[in-house]
Amino acid sequence: MEPLTWTGSLVGLNFFFQVAVAVLLMAIVLQIVVSFIPSAGSRAMGADGTLAANAGFAGLISQVSLWLFYAVIALILLYLIAGVFMGTGAGIIGGMTRQFLPVWIALIVTFALSITYKRKLGLYGKLFDSTVGMIGFALVMFWVFTGIMGGVFDMIVTHDSLSQASGMKNKLPGTPLRGAEDGEYAWYLLGGDNLARDVFSRLVKGSWIVVLIAPLATLFAFMVGITLGLPAGYYAGRLDTILSFVANLILAFPVILLFFLLVTPEIVLTGIPNYMAAVLFIFPLIFFGVLLNSRYYTQPSVRTPLLIVVLGGLAWAYLALISSDGTIVENPTTTIPGLPAVLDWIPMPAEYLVVFVSVVFVNSPTVFRIVRGLALDIKTRDYVAAAQTRGEGPWYIMLWEILPNARGPLIVDFCLRIGYTTILLGTLGFFGLGLESESPDWGTTINAGRRLLSLYPHAALAPAISLLSLVLGLNLLADGLREESLRD
Amino acid sequence: MGLFILRRLGVMLLTALCLTFIVFWLTNLYPNLEKLAKNQGNFRMSDEAVASYLGDRGYLRSTPVKFGEWLGVVPGWVNEAEDGTITGRCFTSDTPEADRPTRCGVLQGDWGYSTFAKDEVNAILVTRLAKTGKLMLCVLLLMVPAALIVGVLAGMREGSKLDRSLSTFSIATTATPEYVSGVIFIALLASSKFGISPLLIEWGLMGTDDSLFGKGKTLFFGSATKAMDDANFWNFFLPVLTISLYGMGYIARMTRASMTEVMTAQYIRTARLKGVKFSDIVLKHALRNALIAPFTVIMLQIPWLLNGVVIVETLFNYKGFGWLLVQAAGNNDIELLLAVSVVSVAVVLLTQLISDIGYVYLNPRIRIS
Repeated sequence: MEPLTWTGSLVGLNFFFQVAVAVLLMAIVLQIVVSFIPSAGSRAMGADGTLAANAGFAGLISQVSLWLFYAVIALILLYLIAGVFMGTGAGIIGGMTRQFLPVWIALIVTFALSITYKRKLGLYGKLFDSTVGMIGFALVMFWVFTGIMGGVFDMIVTHDSLSQASGMKNKLPGTPLRGAEDGEYAWYLLGGDNLARDVFSRLVKGSWIVVLIAPLATLFAFMVGITLGLPAGYYAGRLDTILSFVANLILAFPVILLFFLLVTPEIVLTGIPNYMAAVLFIFPLIFFGVLLNSRYYTQPSVRTPLLIVVLGGLAWAYLALISSDGTIVENPTTTIPGLPAVLDWIPMPAEYLVVFVSVVFVNSPTVFRIVRGLALDIKTRDYVAAAQTRGEGPWYIMLWEILPNARGPLIVDFCLRIGYTTILLGTLGFFGLGLESESPDWGTTINAGRRLLSLYPHAALAPAISLLSLVLGLNLLADGLREESLRD
Repeated sequence: MGLFILRRLGVMLLTALCLTFIVFWLTNLYPNLEKLAKNQGNFRMSDEAVASYLGDRGYLRSTPVKFGEWLGVVPGWVNEAEDGTITGRCFTSDTPEADRPTRCGVLQGDWGYSTFAKDEVNAILVTRLAKTGKLMLCVLLLMVPAALIVGVLAGMREGSKLDRSLSTFSIATTATPEYVSGVIFIALLASSKFGISPLLIEWGLMGTDDSLFGKGKTLFFGSATKAMDDANFWNFFLPVLTISLYGMGYIARMTRASMTEVMTAQYIRTARLKGVKFSDIVLKHALRNALIAPFTVIMLQIPWLLNGVVIVETLFNYKGFGWLLVQAAGNNDIELLLAVSVVSVAVVLLTQLISDIGYVYLNPRIRIS
């Protein structure tokens, strides 16, 4: 079989695509240059007193670049649609597009529903008024859907992410699989890595690890940051001094040094990550307990069953998360029994736990500082004074008056921080810390591919570009959210 | 002002002490010591042999005592073996009795001995820091002006096409960690099979002695090992660019925010209404006030550059301070790792201090009150 080219039988389109992109870039540069020259367009006074000006040369260029932009988008869509119908007939891009078909469908459904009901969806709906935000959201959701469908349901992958095929070592993208049997995908779409595994399938499998760990770790960091930052900002005084000192202490550690100290097999052996997990993961329990109690403590008949159900569920999840094989910590010197394996419904391998804990640990102090700053600012507002006069308790004011009013900046920071966490996870993988070396996550794959980078860059480039697109998507999403939340 | 600096210095020293203690504790945990003993002795040591090896060398005492010894405030351990030879932390058995110091630690200028490089830690640290200093200097020289120019250009006309293009560019750079941009740069610019180099050879611009870009096989070099002693544009630019790019976006965005704020200020409007030229408004009126905030950001960005340095030195095989950190951690070289940690923590704290003092000094509103 012939190796696939990038665009296959759509090769005729490439020329138009290249021309369109080149002209678009030139138009943008020209537009910027022109913007430095004051326009000399003529102005006309209408009979009704309105003033009209012609757009002049600058207007012409902006029209041209707008149409070129649409043309480029249309061409990209053409490649993708052709790919869905022609599969590998449209080359590697076509083959990948076909594989990603479930993701496209999910994306289209999400966007169609969201745009239809955007007026009823609050801040999320407003996101669809901003182009930047929509692009960011599309990029993020692309990887989320890919992670879920490829990682959990095995839908997108073409080969097993760990199996090696003979003769496929370091092969270029589009190489046909030697001796492919019936029902087996006949190509390595993005080539083979240095152990002859399929780069494309590993990319898809790896996206699940990133999409799962990064948001969850950020969420835990936010729980820790909020639970400690609110009282620090609200009470100020000595509590604030102590907590801020500790936060600054952690922040003064260079992140990489902290990783090298915390994420080593020797440290895992001492059980320190397990102790840290036991402390850090309890914050969601405290948060929700205090949140519900401060709201409903005047109605014990509602409060008590609610707290029992919520805290019971969370405590179960907490114990399941920190214990594995029936123990929380197990090493030659100490053994702390945990949840029996029968009830342990969250399988958390030790190497994931240590990565998770260290990422939460690194992120929490920054969130703490942000929340503390917001609380310091918001507690001077009138509605806080009103709540104090009403006789509300301090925790009610913090969690039900201050926190909802700090949500705008916190949501934006949450998006940015998921991106940053993704970068941190990649850094860990890049240094071979934490996850085992055959793990398909992007950082580890980049690390494995970088040794042969100048000869076979595809194995490292594919995860690098994926990581870039995901983090870029999150940053654009945060930018769109910031713009839209500032608007009202 | 004096009191402010003194208080900051006090907090800084306390922080440094706490952090060093944490690092000391983490590196001196028993599994680490066990690994050290097996590395230095032999890998098949029994548990008793490990314990006696560590006991003879004073590793098995309580952490605060060991920390005090390392700092040089507590007298170093002295151990008398059964055959009468005396060994100690600060001397070997053949040092004459009179020359044996009681204390040796960081305060006495003794940082210990590196088991990985087989050399005094002081000497290694100085050579590696010099290499990284060169890299950092180039990074700052590229990053700071570029970021300020991008930020000022974007911020002077908010919402213009230039602003949007440059803002997108800065967002893109903050979304590109060093290990991604480094990989992309090497694949595009420093690979003999892909990217730009084969094209240049095909067009005859490279590959022979008299062609434009020299006779090399690749335009840039994917390894910066040669740049340690003999840096030139082709072997040093890629690592410098890789580090600069990630830090640049953030500084540029902060500069832009500060610039847009200044450009909407009353006095700028007054200047415009007076008929001052736009270029004069930007350069003479706005810039000075707009650059106060980025100064703090730049100083606080330096600790982040440290991360970049570690990644880039590993990726480009440039044997500097970051490379040393990776080697020290990877080889369980406790004293070297401690020294590396102290230096990096000191860098972080010093830049924080400078940024605080500099902000007060630069901002007349705070300085005068």
